[in-house]
Amino acid sequence: MDRRIFGVETEFGISHRPVEGRGLPPDELARYLFRPVVEFGRSSNIFIPNGSRLYLDVGSHPEYASAECADLIDLIANENAGDRIMHDLAVAAEKAIHLDGFSGQIYVLKNNVDSAGNSYGSHENYLIPRTTHFRRLSGILLPFLVTRQIISGAGRVVPATDETEAHFAFSQRADHMWEGISSATTRARPIINTRDEPHSDAATHRRLHVIVGDSNMSTTTALLRYGSTDLVLRMIEAGVPIGDYELENPISAIRHISHDITGHAAVRVRGAEDHTAVQIQRGLLQRAQRFVAEHGAHHEHVETVLELWERALESVETGDHTLIDHDIDWAIKKRLVEEVADARGLEMGHRRLEQVDMAYHDVNPDRGLFHMLRRRGRATDVLDAGAVTEAMITPPATRAALRGQVVSTARAYGAQSTVDWVHHKLTDRPLDAVMLKDPFAVVDSRIDALLDKLGDRSSQLRERTLDERRGSGASLALTDRYALLGEPERDEPPLI
Amino acid sequence: MASQPQKQPRRPGGEDDQSPEAAAQAKANPQASQQAEELDSLLDEIDTVLESNAEEFVSSFVQKGGQ
Repeated sequence: MDRRIFGVETEFGISHRPVEGRGLPPDELARYLFRPVVEFGRSSNIFIPNGSRLYLDVGSHPEYASAECADLIDLIANENAGDRIMHDLAVAAEKAIHLDGFSGQIYVLKNNVDSAGNSYGSHENYLIPRTTHFRRLSGILLPFLVTRQIISGAGRVVPATDETEAHFAFSQRADHMWEGISSATTRARPIINTRDEPHSDAATHRRLHVIVGDSNMSTTTALLRYGSTDLVLRMIEAGVPIGDYELENPISAIRHISHDITGHAAVRVRGAEDHTAVQIQRGLLQRAQRFVAEHGAHHEHVETVLELWERALESVETGDHTLIDHDIDWAIKKRLVEEVADARGLEMGHRRLEQVDMAYHDVNPDRGLFHMLRRRGRATDVLDAGAVTEAMITPPATRAALRGQVVSTARAYGAQSTVDWVHHKLTDRPLDAVMLKDPFAVVDSRIDALLDKLGDRSSQLRERTLDERRGSGASLALTDRYALLGEPERDEPPLI
Repeated sequence: MASQPQKQPRRPGGEDDQSPEAAAQAKANPQASQQAEELDSLLDEIDTVLESNAEEFVSSFVQKGGQ
């Protein structure tokens, strides 16, 4: 597919640190966090004006599902809008708990492990043609995903166990994958999930659901992660021959690779010699380079993706991690951890280094260590200034734009609407529900007709400015896009 | 199959025990000394934002399992 729909669902970890004593338990804290969400949308599971979805998932994880995007930079901006929303919610929740007599700070971490061994994910969705042969897909994609951690892992300070010393690993999620392919998520936790909810025309498409990825703080790493995966899918779809790296045991391989930061860990490939992750990745990269040379770049970021991919592999292969320590999360984090350890005289097992690891993922732009490094020029960024703010209020140019239009228009007229990824209806007009199966569609006459029933939009609605919207809600993303003309701007209720 | 990373003890260090030679070298190389200053400033800023009790911060960060 030359054009593809992408999406990513991020589960966040949360923590309350009072001045002394124990913090609020996660479920209670999550309720505080989502209070502005419930105030805005009357539920803790809502689609918001930028087309994405906010909800509380299994185990009280706040979760943000990006709107469907057709461009990688749009995807990364929309994903980062979710991080910003979580930060806004944390700020509001902190005020709320202080009013209720609790002290301290609230942390929202975009990471994938806690100190008790629980894991939560960053799930990618890729729209693929239904004609893609599933056996071919898994045979090529699984070895790619198992080894992808060396180019896009978030890095982890792994505490000592009875068997192993404390050490630095490529991945957060690797130890928490239990199966290669399965239809269950919470129970079996497979690398590729086969539950078939295409959210589009099931006759032509399926939605590939990948749950093995680490949450990335670096937008550059995110570009490489999504961009390389898209290229591999594109080659699978085109039917070109690709080297056979089918792994004998994907789960043992993914863990083995993660824990050897030298990149020398060799894994069993069916019917071949043992391979290192670099060898498998390099084989796929070379095939992708040839494919792009023959077929041309299908989007404007391909060259950047290939350059980063090559450089990341060279870095792991040579052990010269300075090649990528501004661009790839695990290397950015590893350098920081080593600097703190050196300067403060700490050994790898020291809790302070685990704390540095966690704080790297803090979504708070002032307090989070990744954000601190970016401010200081120690981490690159593929997004323009202002892109995240824009993505908080503007849906990407896909079906999400129509969803956002329904949500925002209904709100302006004070009408109730119900939307999901595919369905759109005004609660008062249940028979006029509109089903949008094409995720690429940005206009649809049925949606126009539905919204025309609310009133003459062109004369009655006025788009509110960014300044008007700022400060009128706990988060910019939870403010109304339109004002109904002829009515004075109503004051939002105070944020409590 | 390669083994797990082995423990590599670190020499305790820090600004205090920087040798006179190292200090002189830093002075002779303005770029290195600027980098050292930037690193000190980064580490100081990190100390101001991190909760001082690392053990409690880490051990209290417990979620329920997700997907």
